[in-house]
Order: sequence, then C-alpha cells, then structure tokens
Amino acid sequence: MSDTILWYATRGAGVVSLVLLTGVVVLGIVSAMRWQTASWPRFLTTGLHRNLALATLVFLAIHIVTAVVDPFTALGWQAAVIPFSSSYRRLWLGLGVVAIYLLLAIVVTSLLRRYFGRSAWRAVHWLTYAMWPVAVIHSIGTGTDPRFAWMLAIEAGCIGSVVAAVAWRATAAQHTAWRRLPAASPQGQKWS
Amino acid sequence: MELIARAAGAESLTAHLHRLGPMPALPSGALIAEVEASGLLGRGGAGFPVGRKWRAVAERAAGGAVVLANGAEGEPLSFKDRSLMTARPHLVIDGALLAARAVGASDIIFYVGAEHRTADAALRQALAERTGEVRGRTRIVAAPAGYVSGEESAAVHYVNAGDARPTSSPPRPFERGVGGRPTLVQNVESLALAALIARRGHAWYQGLGRGRARGIGLLTVSGAVNRAGVHEIELGATLSDAAAAAGGLRGDVRAVLLGGYFGGWADLHEQWGLPLDAPSMRARGLALGCGVVHFLPSDTCGVEATARFMTYLASQSARQCGPCVFGLSAIAGATQRLAAQSPQPGDLDRIVRWSGQLTGRGACHHPDGAAALMHSALQVFADDFAGHQRRRCLTISEPARVAVA
Amino acid sequence: MGEVLQIDRIRCDGHGLCAELVPELISLDDWGYPIIKPGNVPPSVVEYARRAVDACPVLALRLARIATLAAR
Repeated sequence: MSDTILWYATRGAGVVSLVLLTGVVVLGIVSAMRWQTASWPRFLTTGLHRNLALATLVFLAIHIVTAVVDPFTALGWQAAVIPFSSSYRRLWLGLGVVAIYLLLAIVVTSLLRRYFGRSAWRAVHWLTYAMWPVAVIHSIGTGTDPRFAWMLAIEAGCIGSVVAAVAWRATAAQHTAWRRLPAASPQGQKWS
Repeated sequence: MELIARAAGAESLTAHLHRLGPMPALPSGALIAEVEASGLLGRGGAGFPVGRKWRAVAERAAGGAVVLANGAEGEPLSFKDRSLMTARPHLVIDGALLAARAVGASDIIFYVGAEHRTADAALRQALAERTGEVRGRTRIVAAPAGYVSGEESAAVHYVNAGDARPTSSPPRPFERGVGGRPTLVQNVESLALAALIARRGHAWYQGLGRGRARGIGLLTVSGAVNRAGVHEIELGATLSDAAAAAGGLRGDVRAVLLGGYFGGWADLHEQWGLPLDAPSMRARGLALGCGVVHFLPSDTCGVEATARFMTYLASQSARQCGPCVFGLSAIAGATQRLAAQSPQPGDLDRIVRWSGQLTGRGACHHPDGAAALMHSALQVFADDFAGHQRRRCLTISEPARVAVA
Repeated sequence: MGEVLQIDRIRCDGHGLCAELVPELISLDDWGYPIIKPGNVPPSVVEYARRAVDACPVLALRLARIATLAAR
C-alpha cells in the first residue's frame, strides 16, 4: 500500500515538476522579450520565473527521493546520481539525471550571479535549451503504464507552449540590435 | 612664440636644445612642485590642474606607471595639437619624459591621430634623433579616427585591447590604465607647457597672462576670420584679441562657438570682451575646452549649424549606452527637421526635454558635451529656433544685423 | 556615510525592472533607459533599492557605500 503511495508520489511530483519547469522556461523567454502590460509588470515575470524554478527543485526532490526509496523500483541512490547507471530504463532515466545536473548548474550560477559574472551566468543559462528537452524526453521515456490521455495532453501542452515561446523569440526583432551596429568612424585594427 | 613657429617644418633636436638649453635635472618631487605652483591647467578639454594629476599618479606608481601623451585630437575644429607636434616635437617629447620622471613611469606612449600624418612623421623623426634609451621606452600608437577615441579611457582601452571606446569607471586611468598600471593621460600641449615650466620655473609661467589669468595657450581660430589657424595667446586675452590675431572678422558675426563641439555657442556682442581662460569662462557658463574659437558667419543660420554639429556628435557615439545612442540621434533628427523648416509639432519642446536628460547618463562625457552644445544653441539662437518651429528662418529673412564694433 | 545607487551605463540594456521596483528613485526616459535621482538613498526605500539591484537582468545596478557625495 505504501508502495503505491510512493509510486504515485514519484509520478505526480514528476509531472508537476515538468509543468513547473515548462512555466519557468516560458517565463524566461517572456522576460527576455520584455513583455508587459499595465497590470503585469516586468518584475512579476522575473519574480515568478525565479520562484517557480525554486518550487520545481522542491518537487524534483520529492520525485527523486520517492523514486529511490520505493522498494518496487529497485533504484539505488547510485542510479539517481550517476547517469545511465540504472538497470531500469537505463537511457530514459539517465537523461533525467543529466537534466537535473544541468538544472542545478543553471540554478546555482543564477543564485550566485554576482560572483560568477554576467558572461559565465549567461553561458550556463543558455543550457536551458538543452536541459528542458532532455527533461521532456525523460518524462516521455520513463512514463510507464498505459498512456493516459490527460498525461499526453499535459505533455503536448508543455511542448506546445515552449515551441510557441521560442518561435516568438526567434522571429521578433532584437531589443539590443543597435549595439551590434558599427560606430560611424573607422576603428582600430583589432576591432571593427 | 613658445609652442608654435612661423617657420614650416619640425624643429630639430639641435635647434631645440640651442633655443631652450638642456632638459632640467629636477627630481620627481621638485618637478611636481613646479607644475603645481604654476597653476597649469590641462589642455585636453577638461582643464584639470596638471600638477594635481601628476601627484595622483605618482602616489600610486611604484615605478611602474605609464605616460600616455594624448595627441589624438578628435575634435574636428581643433588643429593645435597636430600643429604643436609638427612644429615642436622635441618640446612634446621633453614634456613626456619629464612627466615620466615625475610620476615614476617606465613607459611612454604617444597617442597620435592616425590621419595626422605630418605630426606623426615629425614625432617619429624627432624620436629617431633621441638616444637609444629614450627610444627603448617610447612608442607611437596611431589613434583611430573618431571623436571619442581621444577620451582618456578610450585611449587606454585602445592601447590595451584595440578598442577605442570609452569604458565604465571606476577605475580611472590614473588608478589602473595601460596594462593595469597607473597611467597619466595628458594632452600634448599640457606636456609641452610643463616642459617649459620645468626649465624656467613656475614664476615664469605665472608672469604671463592678462588680467587675472595666468599662462599661455593655443587656440584654433576658424570660421568668419581672415586668417584662420592656430594662434598662441596669453591666457586672459579677450575674444576680440583672438579675432584680431586671426586677421579680424570677415563680415559681421553674431555668434561664436567656444571650446569645440564639446563646448558651446556664445553671443558675440555679449562676449566680445570675454577673457579667454578656463576659470573666467567657466564663471560665465562657458568653456575654454580645447581652445576652439569658431566664428559663425552671419549668413549661416545658427539652427542649421547646430543641426550639423548635433548630427556629427550623434554619429560619433561609441554606441555603448542607450541614452546617448537614442538621445543624440533623436535630438539630431529633430534639429535637422527644424533646420529644414519642416518640424513636427512639439519638436522644439522635445529637444529641450531630451537634452535635459543627457547629462551624466553615459559612460563618458560625450552626451554631456552634446547637451551643453544644445543648451547653448537654444539660448544664443533662441529667436532662430522659435522662428524655425514656425517654419521661418530669420537668417535668410534678416541678413543685415548690427555690425560689431 | 550613506548609500548611493550606481549604474553601469554600458551594461544597462534598458530592461526597466529597476523603475518598477523603486519608482521613488528611478524613472525611465523615452527609450526605456533609467534616470536615477541623484543623492543618497533615503532609508525608507533602501530595501526597494536593494530589490532593484537584485532584479536587474544584466547586473547593471549596485548600491555603493560612500563617505561623501562626490561629483561624477
């Protein structure tokens, strides 16, 4: 009986994490696009982005711990820490571990932004575009049992919203394009 | 004349030593004291006391400082630095060597505008005449063309990384500059004057000047005068003296640009007796800057001239800071529309508002200079601007104005 | 002793979150770039100023402790 609860907890926390993570990614893009309305200021987007990311970590912790301690899955801590070391669904589960590490790197560099500096922070933050797809693939690959329609709907919704947000960003004009225009006068040899 | 010569061609080392004697052997402390006591103010545009700057660098140097002799002269209306380097390169070199001794610098860089070929050649030739020891610790770096490349942090940035754009401060060059070392960035005219003060003593410099002003300096006089060019004056000489030195005004003139694009317009009639020295001018809200005196011909519309200058300044932005890029471009656009007598409603108000928001909002003082120029134009050409907003140019319709005595 | 809001004008990309979080001290010009009220940060808004510093996406703002108010 307790096994079933752990199992539901693992899957439930996993789904919640995916939805939250999707929200984080979309909000990150909304922030970069500088979108706002009279009742939705910029700091709301960035504040939610941050808070949802931290909430995601909480649910991921539940997801991982319940999965590991669940006697039914026979996963040891090793499987959770070393990617592709589990006997159960090695590839798909391993991808989940990879995604966790990427996410941790992104979160840590963000929390300690002041010390890492802007370039390092930015470089790591762009790993989001690797981390999120890996998390989605993990979720689809380790998804067990009959594929419930609601589960498929959730996954489709997550993928759809990120694709839409990315398309929006890719097609919109850059806010800082003016920086890349060369200054009027000829410059020195090393810089043009 | 000390700083420029009537004869063409560069002064050789022999002639230089014959005229002025050997370089003084004063040690660092004494050199700084002489320059401080003379009250010499910098000639790059900011007018900062030279001795105080040397002391600030010397305090941080520990023997490894750098002297950057700034001869970039990006100001289009200024010709004094290249004239000085062309005519008296050894005086400039002396100044740099003495400054290096004073601040404890092991290396000297001459930062000369890439397109100022005569000055560059004269400086190279002069360095070739010097000892191996001097040649070993000096080099010439060609400054890229452009208005901001002569700004002190831009000069340091270019030497360090090949990028002639100003950087955010702190740290300022006197703290950390070329190669991370304390760097004295000093205009070549300031260095030449320091070289003279070191030889003749601060009392000599203090003995020159008219009225309450002290010392001598170079002006570039241009525009509606008969003999435009670089003229040496005693500081404190008036605007009318400067006009006379340049062969007198051509036609009747209403306005004069003082200090360059980085300076401002002044009404000629009001300022005819203006003493040309930094403190007196600052007291009247004007600036000596780099010594540009440009008389606007009476048949040139002040709005049109201002539009040309603002367009130039906007094009010279280093494009690093939003307020400068967008602000200057917007002001230039609106001023152009006004100059063409086809303004949008509210253009004049917008110009006033935007130029009020420029000062202090860039990483360097480029937007500040543009704002000052715009404010002075709005004051001196107030009637013209108002006329243009009503699509009427006063210069075309009222060419005859009271001639200045 | 007091605290002053300082901005790196080159880093600033005109995101504008700072003006949302501490409008007492920061307003935006026509192009979305901050205009900062000069002077010490009043104690009543120091906390909001700190939040603005933290929220800037490009880390262009900082709160600096200064002994005297120096001209720029």
